[in-house]
Amino acid sequence: MNMAHAGNEAVIRVRDLVVGFNGMTVLDHLSLDVFRGEILGFVGGSGAGKSVLMRTIIGLLPKRAGTIEVFGFDFGRASERERRATEQRWGILFQQGALFSSLTVRQNVQFPMREYLDLSERLVDEVAMAKLEMVGLTPDVADKFPSELSGGMTKRVALARALALDPEIVFLDEPTSGLDPIGAGAFDDLIRTLQRTLGLTVFMVTHDLDSLHTVCDRIAVLADGRVVVDGPIATMLASDHPWVKAYFRGKRTRVGAPADQ
Amino acid sequence: MEIRSSAVTARPRLERNVVGERLVFAAAGAWTVEHARELEPLIAAASDKRLAAARVGIDMGNVDRLDTFGAWLIERLVRAWHRAGLEATIEGLPEHHRGLLQEVRKANRAPMAPARSYSRLGTLLENVGRGVSNVTGDLFGLAQMLGEVTVAALRVVIRPASFRFTSVVHHLDRVGLQAVPIILLITFLLGCIIAQQGIFHFRRFGAELYVVDMISILVLREIGVVMVSIMVAGRSGSAYTAELGSMKMREEIDALRTMGFAPVDVLVLPRLVALVVALPILTFLGSMAALYGGGLVCWLYGGISPEIFISRLKDAISLDHFVVGLVKAPFMALIIGLVACTEGLAVRGSAESLGLHTTASVVKAVFLVIVTDGFLAMFFASIGK
Repeated sequence: MNMAHAGNEAVIRVRDLVVGFNGMTVLDHLSLDVFRGEILGFVGGSGAGKSVLMRTIIGLLPKRAGTIEVFGFDFGRASERERRATEQRWGILFQQGALFSSLTVRQNVQFPMREYLDLSERLVDEVAMAKLEMVGLTPDVADKFPSELSGGMTKRVALARALALDPEIVFLDEPTSGLDPIGAGAFDDLIRTLQRTLGLTVFMVTHDLDSLHTVCDRIAVLADGRVVVDGPIATMLASDHPWVKAYFRGKRTRVGAPADQ
Repeated sequence: MEIRSSAVTARPRLERNVVGERLVFAAAGAWTVEHARELEPLIAAASDKRLAAARVGIDMGNVDRLDTFGAWLIERLVRAWHRAGLEATIEGLPEHHRGLLQEVRKANRAPMAPARSYSRLGTLLENVGRGVSNVTGDLFGLAQMLGEVTVAALRVVIRPASFRFTSVVHHLDRVGLQAVPIILLITFLLGCIIAQQGIFHFRRFGAELYVVDMISILVLREIGVVMVSIMVAGRSGSAYTAELGSMKMREEIDALRTMGFAPVDVLVLPRLVALVVALPILTFLGSMAALYGGGLVCWLYGGISPEIFISRLKDAISLDHFVVGLVKAPFMALIIGLVACTEGLAVRGSAESLGLHTTASVVKAVFLVIVTDGFLAMFFASIGK
């Protein structure tokens, strides 16, 4: 599966990106490509700027220099209309879910459909339920409010909402954090299944070594404000970079976990 | 690359062909969300029950693009055929679309729960019932909070070291000191307005001088304390509710509780104490500002010189008026604080709930302040003050 995407079109192309806050530089001339159809795992120490990169790509944070192209558009220079069109083509799963607390689960998933699309009420209802079932939720969850959900359910609903418009790219910010290993494993499988069935490109910020081993086609490591290593898990295990070594071959990695070593 | 709305994708089509005894629908184009509006009628036409054949099929060979919306519509069509007792097949499905169709096949199997229907009279009665039960619940909640605060205060009396002095000073700064400018401004303007109106109307009877009596008694007994209480309810009561509410939403209050702290001791008591200390001071300052404003207008608009104003003031008011106004202030503070904290701790998980409770906090506090003022006015009248 891994190399199937090599030479493929880059859907996200980041070049020489500089991002900082009040005199502190977080991302320093960072460059990164994300190819169509791959699952990219993005790792780095806490506070290294993983979420900052994700938030900069999706336009929530301003950049100081560099270019970000999504689907070939320079997002910084895109017109309002182009921006909106691009925003319909990606879905974002925030770390805490960011579900609208005053809407039910069903309404949360339907929200982007109602705002962006002109669909019949019946189709909106049916597709929203289908999405909820695709992320592994039972229909009785649909009328609950976000405050009544468990952590794992919240993540699933947030994923269903991120997928509401059938996006081409999904950004996942620590999708398995706060889930038990079984739940996290199931979530990984879910991402893999959805990526295959929907042909998604997945940009996943994660700390979960198991996710990196099992679902990611490619991994990019962020250290000192730039991508120091990228490649499949084998590259990570072979890397000499001290942080990468400590991360992938530290105490918490299990012996003999990867099969393709 | 082009953006999605102008994507070069063929419009979806669904053509019916008769192949032997079978009826085959040839699907083509992009079966995606942008075309959902066109797809639904196509599906509806194809699922017509009066089809001439017992065996139907759908040929997916020429579909360029397929997403969840398109896949679901195909599934809807297949289900309609099955319900009509037809033998339906999907053919020519490209490998990469197979997974998606399999996923949607599992969806929407359970019948959707029908929406509950309500009769209008029933809804009305239900609302009245809920309203009554809410009012009693509110009163019960306030009484409970008063009880808890009293117990917390007693604990402090027994062990003064446990009193959160720093916290009280912090809140005193916020609800007291920082509120002074706005309270002074508003009460000053209020004093001016009352004086102006009084002079304007009293002048017809040649009784301008009694304006001084009116301003001083009104301000010292009623307006000063009520106006300041209303402003404090809006300014600080709402802040208390929002703070406690968002702490509740983010489980901070649960965290306190598990560490062995009672939220009432740590959060509610210091806020209440600060309010009870601050409100009489603010009332005093507000009353003075209103009298000053009144005096100024009397001088500039009514031609009553400051000397006359002050000598008239000495005759018009006694210490009683002043005390009556000031004595009410701590009670008002207690009401505002209790309502604000009770509402704050009643916030549930949603942002909407936070908004509702903050609104309720201010509305209830203002209502109770005015009702209490009425009762206290009757009380002071009956004891002859």
